[in-house]
Amino acid sequence: MAKYIIKRVFMALVTLFMITFLLFLLVRIMPGNPFPSERMSAEAIAKKRAEMGLDDPILVQFGNYLKNVIGKGSFGKGSSLYNGAPISTVLPGCMANSFKIGGLSILIGVVFGLILGIGAALNRGHFWDTFCTVLSILGVCVPSYVFMIFLQYFLAYKVTIFPFYFDMSRFMGSSIIPALSLSLFSMSTIARFTRNEMVEVMDSDYVLLAESKGMYGTKLVTKHILRNALIPIVTVIAPLIVDLLTGALVVEKIYGINGLGKLMVDAISGEGIDYNYVLALGIIYSALYIGIMLVLDITYGLLDPRIRLAGRKES
Amino acid sequence: MADKILEIKNLDISFKTTAGMVHAIRGVNVDLERGETVAIVGESGSGKSVVMKTAMRLLAGNATINSGEIIFRYKDDKGDLQEVDILKKEKQWVRQNINGRKIAMIFQDPMTSLDPTMTIGNQLIEGMIMHLGLSKEEAKARAIELLEEVGITDAKKRYKQYPHQLSGGMRQRVVIAIAISCYPDLLICDEPTTALDVTIQSKILDLIKKIQKDRGISVIYITHDLGVVAKVADYVNVMYAGRIVEVGNVDEIFFDPKHPYTWGLLSAMPDLDTDDDRLYTIPGSPPNLLNEIQGDAFAARNRFALKADRIEQPPMFKVSETHFAATWLLDERAPKIDMPEELKRRIERMRRSAAEKQ
Repeated sequence: MAKYIIKRVFMALVTLFMITFLLFLLVRIMPGNPFPSERMSAEAIAKKRAEMGLDDPILVQFGNYLKNVIGKGSFGKGSSLYNGAPISTVLPGCMANSFKIGGLSILIGVVFGLILGIGAALNRGHFWDTFCTVLSILGVCVPSYVFMIFLQYFLAYKVTIFPFYFDMSRFMGSSIIPALSLSLFSMSTIARFTRNEMVEVMDSDYVLLAESKGMYGTKLVTKHILRNALIPIVTVIAPLIVDLLTGALVVEKIYGINGLGKLMVDAISGEGIDYNYVLALGIIYSALYIGIMLVLDITYGLLDPRIRLAGRKES
Repeated sequence: MADKILEIKNLDISFKTTAGMVHAIRGVNVDLERGETVAIVGESGSGKSVVMKTAMRLLAGNATINSGEIIFRYKDDKGDLQEVDILKKEKQWVRQNINGRKIAMIFQDPMTSLDPTMTIGNQLIEGMIMHLGLSKEEAKARAIELLEEVGITDAKKRYKQYPHQLSGGMRQRVVIAIAISCYPDLLICDEPTTALDVTIQSKILDLIKKIQKDRGISVIYITHDLGVVAKVADYVNVMYAGRIVEVGNVDEIFFDPKHPYTWGLLSAMPDLDTDDDRLYTIPGSPPNLLNEIQGDAFAARNRFALKADRIEQPPMFKVSETHFAATWLLDERAPKIDMPEELKRRIERMRRSAAEKQ
């Protein structure tokens, strides 16, 4: 198992390196440039470019960038955002905001998604099943920011339970609306998936055998059905977690949350593109994704002996 | 006095499907005496599995039981004889008191009938802890004995393994061990050898036979393999399109069949001693049970069918005390029609080889 994990970690690092290189190239190729050309003279731009090292050959630039990131642990400075403050001073605050709201929406999404899905599977063909299906289709189709505007209208404008915009001083209260709207998609996806997986497992021969042994009720569901159904469910939950943690671009922007999503939008849509921010955020997204997938691989092993034991044989 | 352990009376079941109501079981009667072996034979889709699943209340949610009784007689923990109609009891009561405890089932495909995420041992002790109230340690000790009883070597090691680490034959042995773990009175084997290698098939049959002899339990085989029937059964029920068309003891069914469908089945058995080098098949395919059937369901595929077979469903005609068949050919007004010559010769051969064996 240990060798299996080491192998996975190594693969993850290689993947991350390749993604970083690609991101670096793509950011440089991207149309537009880091400076507001209407307000700056050609000489000023040329001076700034030289200062930032943008005239060097691309590989040299990439080498310097890596040296900075790995050697000094810094993603450089922003060129237009926060008056050129180092990214590493801005990032932690934004990350914390996104993670807190994302975490809350994951919690809501997973808990309610599982409850809805399990309820639907156990009442197959009845009211709860249909209700869950309709809700999931709605949840997948309605974009989270549209749902958020509804919530804002009803919960913050008509009835003023929650603040209309994000407010750091009322963190919990103002997290509810964005967390709820963000969780809608993951809740629906998880509910639908859980329902289908459980129905499939419930029709399987081994559940029939368990029933013929006399298993019923909660014991049958938890020991035989849920455990087998969870394996594929974990697969869909993992990428949803990354999506939620890294913040939703539009929701954060509309609700005014200083999170990773808003930072990304600002970095692209400001006066000139902020190369370093786009790059840093891209790398963070990828690293999170790869990290979660790594955890996922290991979780699989815990849930499914076929994978766990195959892994042991490999090592 | 006859001691009937199981009596299925006039069972009638429909399934609701997207295409409409499928009338899958159309009045089935099956009797089983204690200690005996009954086989239910029929084509795929004839409803043989459905009948036995009903006896354990394992039917899918879209099934409706229109009528019928399933009377099961067993000794309770005090040793008193109890009689229940399984269809009248709550599903939960059946799970707690009957399934695994009094009636156990062996399924067709051992590759899929064990839970892939649970060790063999845990799957074995589950029922014993629940039904017999054993502690985990007691159950484990018994589980290892059981694994040895069904012929699994290295039982201690196997106890901790997962199903995917075992071969198909071994898995079927584990399924059998699970089935007999709580001393059931009745064992239902749903095509227990269909998914196995030919070499393993007879070993599994021998194992079931041995267990039956050692423990004196009654067995119901659901199968389409007449070779299996000849080997294990005392009585045979031939099923077609949701009805039993012929019942008899194994000699009567094999040597003196009366229903044209049984003739067809026997003719379709592969046989090396025949002059003909083509394997006989029954023409056509079973009727669609979405439509109500008029007359004898087999009439459309039956070259001996009488006009009456197409109009009126034949009743069970009595041939002997144990032998009944549902075909108008047995009516006294019917013309004398005998089984095909080819089958007659084949039965003669079977008779001779059976006599030689004894």
